[in-house]
Amino acid sequence: MRDLARPRRPWDRTPPADREYFDVLGPGLVALLPGRRPDESAGGGWRPPTGGAWLHVDPQGNAIAFTGKAEVGQGTRAALTVVVSDGLRVSPDRVDLVMGDTDLCPWDMGTFGSRSMPDAAPALGSVAGGARTALIGLAAERTGRPTSELDAEDGEVRLRDGGGAISYGDLVRDRNRLVTVAALESWVPTPKGRSPPAFPPKPGADIVTGARVYGSDLHPSGLLYGALLHPPAYGARLASVDLTAVERLADVTIVRDGSFVGVVAPTLRAARAAVGEIRATWDRTNQPDEDSIEGYLRAHPMEGDFWDQEEDTAGDVDAAYGRAPVTIAQTYRTAFIAHVPLETRSAVAEWDGPRLTVWVGTQTPFRARDTIAEGLGLTPEQVRVIVPPTGAGFGGKHGGDLGIAAARLARAAHRPVRLAYSREEEFRFAYFRPMSVIDVRAGTDREGRLVAWAFHNINGGSAALLAPYRVTDRRVDNELSLSPLPQGSYRALAATANNFARETAIDELARAAGVDPLAMRRMNLDDDRLRAVLDRAVERADWHRWSRVPGRGHGLAVGLEKDSRVATVAEITVSEDGRVRLDRLVTAFEAGAIVHPENLRSQVEGATTMGIGGALFEAVRFEAGSVKNPHLAQYRVPRFSDLPELVVELVDRPDLPPSGAGETPMIAVAPAIGNAICDATGTRVRRLPLTPDGRIPGPDSR
Amino acid sequence: MTEIELRVNGSLRTVATQPDRSLLAVLREDLRLTGTKYGCGEGECGSCTVLLDGEAVRSCQVSVSEVGSRSVTTVEGLAKDGRLNPVQQAFVELGSFQCGYCTPGMVVRATALLRSNPMPSREEIRRGLEGNLCRCCGYAGILRAIERAVELAQGARRDL
Repeated sequence: MRDLARPRRPWDRTPPADREYFDVLGPGLVALLPGRRPDESAGGGWRPPTGGAWLHVDPQGNAIAFTGKAEVGQGTRAALTVVVSDGLRVSPDRVDLVMGDTDLCPWDMGTFGSRSMPDAAPALGSVAGGARTALIGLAAERTGRPTSELDAEDGEVRLRDGGGAISYGDLVRDRNRLVTVAALESWVPTPKGRSPPAFPPKPGADIVTGARVYGSDLHPSGLLYGALLHPPAYGARLASVDLTAVERLADVTIVRDGSFVGVVAPTLRAARAAVGEIRATWDRTNQPDEDSIEGYLRAHPMEGDFWDQEEDTAGDVDAAYGRAPVTIAQTYRTAFIAHVPLETRSAVAEWDGPRLTVWVGTQTPFRARDTIAEGLGLTPEQVRVIVPPTGAGFGGKHGGDLGIAAARLARAAHRPVRLAYSREEEFRFAYFRPMSVIDVRAGTDREGRLVAWAFHNINGGSAALLAPYRVTDRRVDNELSLSPLPQGSYRALAATANNFARETAIDELARAAGVDPLAMRRMNLDDDRLRAVLDRAVERADWHRWSRVPGRGHGLAVGLEKDSRVATVAEITVSEDGRVRLDRLVTAFEAGAIVHPENLRSQVEGATTMGIGGALFEAVRFEAGSVKNPHLAQYRVPRFSDLPELVVELVDRPDLPPSGAGETPMIAVAPAIGNAICDATGTRVRRLPLTPDGRIPGPDSR
Repeated sequence: MTEIELRVNGSLRTVATQPDRSLLAVLREDLRLTGTKYGCGEGECGSCTVLLDGEAVRSCQVSVSEVGSRSVTTVEGLAKDGRLNPVQQAFVELGSFQCGYCTPGMVVRATALLRSNPMPSREEIRRGLEGNLCRCCGYAGILRAIERAVELAQGARRDL
């Protein structure tokens, strides 16, 4: 990426006409799709997901486009480069993308909820298309020919009659032209009659040689290392602190501000050792343990309206349930689990007079900027957040807290400071995927048609809460609890829980009604796209040709979330002592138009494999407000030996705009495995993880 | 503080350090060779894998004074004259990374594996890489890349 000068003020907080685009980017053409920040939106209720987009074409014919989305390993940089290249009709190796820099990029809500493609593809596609139209306009001015006689392709504007061409670079030379693109249009790749978009050159030479500089690798001149004092348990408050021993250390700066205590030292080890010298006492509060957590969550609902709430009630579900010949009433549970990004949370802060730059691997750079400004008593104009290459997030890197802490330390030390969590800190002081408790009461008629569906999620969230099945009498809702453990965003968090409960319950109903689980789903599904995905998965898995062997089982599940569809078939072997081996996972996935097949496959394979961890063994263990397994030797994540044969079927719908692919592929994994366990053994496990101690649990903990 | 001489990627480097610091910390903080990653510091994730006289080790588990005269090869030292080794080339060709943070460790570990066993079976690759974690869980793609690296190394009769 080109090294760009810092603007006087962040562009998202500056009126378009006052942005010094050409001072920073050089002469050329800038196309601008205006956005609106949420505080400018009418009524205050609806929040636009993105603040528009802009793009610059320089006299060499290269384009640089700006989006507020961040790349944290999900590969949207490649896909969005295809979108810009396709809209502008220029080779992808001429397209650069600036992502997640709050001084240069349009405002954006954040990189989560599978929103990157749905938000940024239309914005960047529209601005690239607008730039192309403007370039044709410039060529019309130059040639005196009407635009109807001109076309743009391969980085040049051509006369349709074959009478010559002018390159984009020549058209914008010596100009400072700003054009505004009026409309945000939905983007689908490859309009009829056009060649399909080309793919950007293979990235990654910097990754395989170790040259890529991640946030935790940054080393501005004069860098010092920070470390923080942490409470011993959730809810503990600092009662007293004795810094005498640390104050005697040479080269150590101490920062104490209320409950914030941190140190700065010349090496990471010296910083951590200094924190170890601090004597502190804490007031601790009672915290529920694992046995009492479910009761605690049920007894502590969050009051009032909250954003993550959904409800769908129709008919009279209690009466329908009472009449139904086949019923189930069960509770399903999912554990708190950890993100475990391989690069732990980190931030580097550097002051330049009153202005602050924070490099932090965050999925919400603009929110982080505002949080940091607020935390330090600065204006947002004083703070620049840059998202450097980041070693994954999975929903765990939403905060600006480490940025605030690093900035405080850097201000006191008068030097740039890097703060990076150890693996243990990452486990202990981050937040978790919430635990869900889901009560289901449901019934079918004798043929397996759903007639009653009551589904209530406690603490897990609302994504994928609504069933993709037809049922007249239903009550579906969720509530959040005041969790004693810190909880927050997580890749497909609520959808994983809701889908586990729903698809397990559907399987239980099918068994109770004596109906094949596939036939049961086909009979009740209310979504043709999901039905098509299901058909692809079972066909690829040869579902009907499964031969029953003792100890082996297969199970299936479907899922619909954020306009993406998935169906997964799991095939497993269970040993006599209850150990589960995954033999094969077959996943069919559809997310509208496929933009970048290689990246999409990579996302589906990765999400599916990551889903195995939460399905089979991942769980944060805790006691008295403290994590009991804060090490990778104790908290198991999927490794090579957990990898089954993976079969991925990508269903392309070039007629539909692309939806997200980062989350949905994982949401059918757990119920498919659970259903396969039941198929193999007759044992139903209604709790994630399914094999918490390496095997199917006994009757009391299923 | 002790002066310690290290042979790293073919060069002799001298660092003034406490001798019990980890090789990982010295590589990253003192020599600024940040391709070797910190993932856990507990020998559980493989992100910090380097070669000591050709043997893959976790640099977080080796103190800098234990290195002695052994030559250290980090991920930065695998490409020769700007030419990627077959493992690196295969990862790029197949796009076998997502966030890329585990990749240096994977590449170093796989390079050591293919040097000692140029024709590993799929099972041998899986066993050989078992100690390297990819939280993006791109194991399927990594497996394909290493199998591709075997082909590339064989086809070109190239040294790793």
